[in-house]
Amino acid sequence: MSYKIAIASGKGGTGKTTVAVNLYNVIAKYHEQDVLLVDCDVEEPNDLLFFSGAKRLDGEVVSHRVPELDLDRCTFCRKCSEYCEFNAITVIPPVKFAAVNPDLCHSCGACLYACKDHALVEKRVGIGELTRYDIGLGAGLVEGKMNVGLALQTPVIRYIKDKTRDFNGIALYDAPPGTSCSVVSTVADSDYVILVTEPTPFGLHDLRLAAGIAREMGKPFGVVVNKTGIGNNDLYEYLEQEGIALLAGIPFKKEYAEKYAGGALLSDAYGEYEAFFKTIANNILKSKGL
Amino acid sequence: MIREITVLSGKGGTGKTTVTAALAALAKTTVFSDCDVDAADLHLLLHPEIIEAYPFESGWKVSIDKDVCTSCGMCAEACRFNAIHLHHGSFVVDPYQCEGCRLCERICPVSAITSQRSMNNFWYVSDTRFGPLVHAQMGPGEENSGKLVTTVRKKAKEIAEDLNFSLILNDGPPGIGCPVISSITGVDTVVMITEPSSSGLHDVERLVGLTGKFNLETFAVINKYDLHPEMGRKIEKKLATLGVPLIAKIPFDENMVNSMVWGKTIIEFDPNAESTRILRGIWETITK
Repeated sequence: MSYKIAIASGKGGTGKTTVAVNLYNVIAKYHEQDVLLVDCDVEEPNDLLFFSGAKRLDGEVVSHRVPELDLDRCTFCRKCSEYCEFNAITVIPPVKFAAVNPDLCHSCGACLYACKDHALVEKRVGIGELTRYDIGLGAGLVEGKMNVGLALQTPVIRYIKDKTRDFNGIALYDAPPGTSCSVVSTVADSDYVILVTEPTPFGLHDLRLAAGIAREMGKPFGVVVNKTGIGNNDLYEYLEQEGIALLAGIPFKKEYAEKYAGGALLSDAYGEYEAFFKTIANNILKSKGL
Repeated sequence: MIREITVLSGKGGTGKTTVTAALAALAKTTVFSDCDVDAADLHLLLHPEIIEAYPFESGWKVSIDKDVCTSCGMCAEACRFNAIHLHHGSFVVDPYQCEGCRLCERICPVSAITSQRSMNNFWYVSDTRFGPLVHAQMGPGEENSGKLVTTVRKKAKEIAEDLNFSLILNDGPPGIGCPVISSITGVDTVVMITEPSSSGLHDVERLVGLTGKFNLETFAVINKYDLHPEMGRKIEKKLATLGVPLIAKIPFDENMVNSMVWGKTIIEFDPNAESTRILRGIWETITK
């Protein structure tokens, strides 16, 4: 059976990656189902840093199709440029100028339908990488990474999700921060969403936005409060008022912060830390009979 | 000449907004803009009084008219984003998969498909105790955040010109994707706020890879330095190799969080704090 859990946050730096890697670790250790970690934070993928013994298995280039213009065939009619919603094609008929900006292209194919002169031909252009790692326990890590300088997070996320769609077990998707289209692509088709936040005004403000997305998308979700003890109580009042499930609270401790900073898996280092994640895993998986 | 400075971080949660707000408290004749349009937090410390509000057109919302549709399936076949599905016998568009390319609308043989601009986003011009602020709020899952950032920055520039101000300070988004690119295109200086962790180290490298492409004056600050001095030294070394000057190291200060709870900057909350002193130094260095 396949069950997909997305881990998102709204605010960056609240502990999304921490929750993803430790939850993976605990499920891999204590649950029967196979578990796969998918790093969808393709701008800044960091899950790998927490598995020191990781071995690269294989990788592939993530590419998308970008049109190239054949100026011998182009009649400078501007139809392709009118069809392109992303301003990726510029045509200036009087000076017979036409060019495609590959950085803006979304690879939708609309220009191909527009062109009646067969002046556009698509070529594959690399936009990122997918890499598979053996990380000892569990089914491993699939990491997506967008090439630096591009603004094409969503197609890279779509690709790695497509490639892991048929995984038979529990898949954990580590989302990018924020609430934009790349977060939505990560959360789409997940069965459950874990929202990670911290009890500060920034944490609460961004959680409201993230909860808004989860609700609008009709996803069941629960909240992990990281760094409890800092900030104030407003967050807990919000959770209670809204009837949002609190999956676990993880205290702020300087020793946790230090260990995390060094790239350690806290659930291996501290029994009590492992216990938080056993609780989270049980909270989510038990009700599904997993 | 108006100088424009953007505060960035790569990794989220390193203290970008807290630092930007503190710098705002030190600034004179400066316009502020919040370029983190999908999780904007600067207003929680600057408490803007909104003067003007503008709607912002973002992506297309596409719909298929059931009564006109003949269920030929051409649209679903042509859509490269797998956004059109058969649902109870009729074709519907999944707004979360749709990229808004409008190809389906253009090829539908019976013109059953229409699209409308989503008006789910707003941007604002506000007054704050430190100066004018331009900020925005995107509706969840909206496209076009890069364009909204560009709109916000353009307005900040207009205001600076009108008031004859010399500086614009932008609070940037996390990551290295489209809104980040829009936040640094054409600016003079980037200040990177990082933290001493393995993730911080990794993200610094990716971010410098991006700012390097834009040939910008870049400064680095390591926040919460004492949480892991060894990792801090690794980042220092990495920055030296990358040729990015490290201009300050801020120690972990619980009052940074406490000041946020009170909706204040650390400069106002604890004027004599070590971090306040360091932030003053940062402001002097970057505005020299």
